[in-house]
Amino acid sequence: MKAAIVVFPGSNRENDAADALERASGKRPALVWHKDTELPSKLDLILLPGGFSYGDYLRCGAMAARSPIMREVIARADKGTAVVGVCNGFQILCEAGLLPGVLLSNAGLKFICRDVHLKVANSQTMFTNRYSNGEVIRFPVAHHDGNYFADADTLKRIEDGDQVAFRYCTPEGETVAAGNPNGSIANIAGVFNATKTVMGLMPHPENATDPATAGPLGGSLDGKPMFDAIVDALAK
Amino acid sequence: MKAKIHVTLKNGVLDVQGKAVAAGLASLGFAGIGDVRVGRFVEIELSAKDRASAEASVKQMCEKLLANTVIENYRIEIAE
Repeated sequence: MKAAIVVFPGSNRENDAADALERASGKRPALVWHKDTELPSKLDLILLPGGFSYGDYLRCGAMAARSPIMREVIARADKGTAVVGVCNGFQILCEAGLLPGVLLSNAGLKFICRDVHLKVANSQTMFTNRYSNGEVIRFPVAHHDGNYFADADTLKRIEDGDQVAFRYCTPEGETVAAGNPNGSIANIAGVFNATKTVMGLMPHPENATDPATAGPLGGSLDGKPMFDAIVDALAK
Repeated sequence: MKAKIHVTLKNGVLDVQGKAVAAGLASLGFAGIGDVRVGRFVEIELSAKDRASAEASVKQMCEKLLANTVIENYRIEIAE
């Protein structure tokens, strides 16, 4: 599998994402700087990492979504190359129009940095097929603008098209307000595009893959099945 | 020529900043505070030939970058 991670000024989780991909695939992904106008050839996966690209100027993800490399990312995504956006990467994919909806400020106006529980909403994709539908998993979140919003028509299209990837839930798996950290509509934590080749999510699966933080330290390893699934689907 | 652009959240989109500002104003003792909406104001100097072409290009700027029309409205004023 050939993967690339796009680095914007203000990205800060690119190495965590690279570590997670390397753990799953045995191969270090290429890091591509945002000013580059070309991506490596024959890429199987493009990952947009977490961070605060361009200081969240104007709107989170807005500036990065219009940077030169994104034209290339959009072109590759249109041709079916798999794209994953985590946290700020999710915001960028929404701003770039590769995913529906948008991320608003958290309903509580606070930056949230803790583990959250997620319910797998669609396990029939190349990103999620190592989970089962309704399974409850735990990833960390670290964001200020993670409040997913889509208008009524868009929301209906997303739900009807099985485009919801994960929903925030309580540890018991209830998708109710008590399990929703940021006010996201319908508890949505992550979505796919219509063809399920692009996925964005606010929580950090890459930060739930390192055995060094798990065990007695309490970290989750629930992100591992996601990276294993991606490597499986794209291994050549 | 100068373009003045107001970007505001659409009705129905939760404005958490506006809500916090409303609560802040109320706690300062200001009475009669209704809904508060916080927006963005952008001023752009332009070397456009005429008003119509200035307006047309600023509209493009709003659609492509300055506003996210999923959640935001924009209003353009052109000043000589």
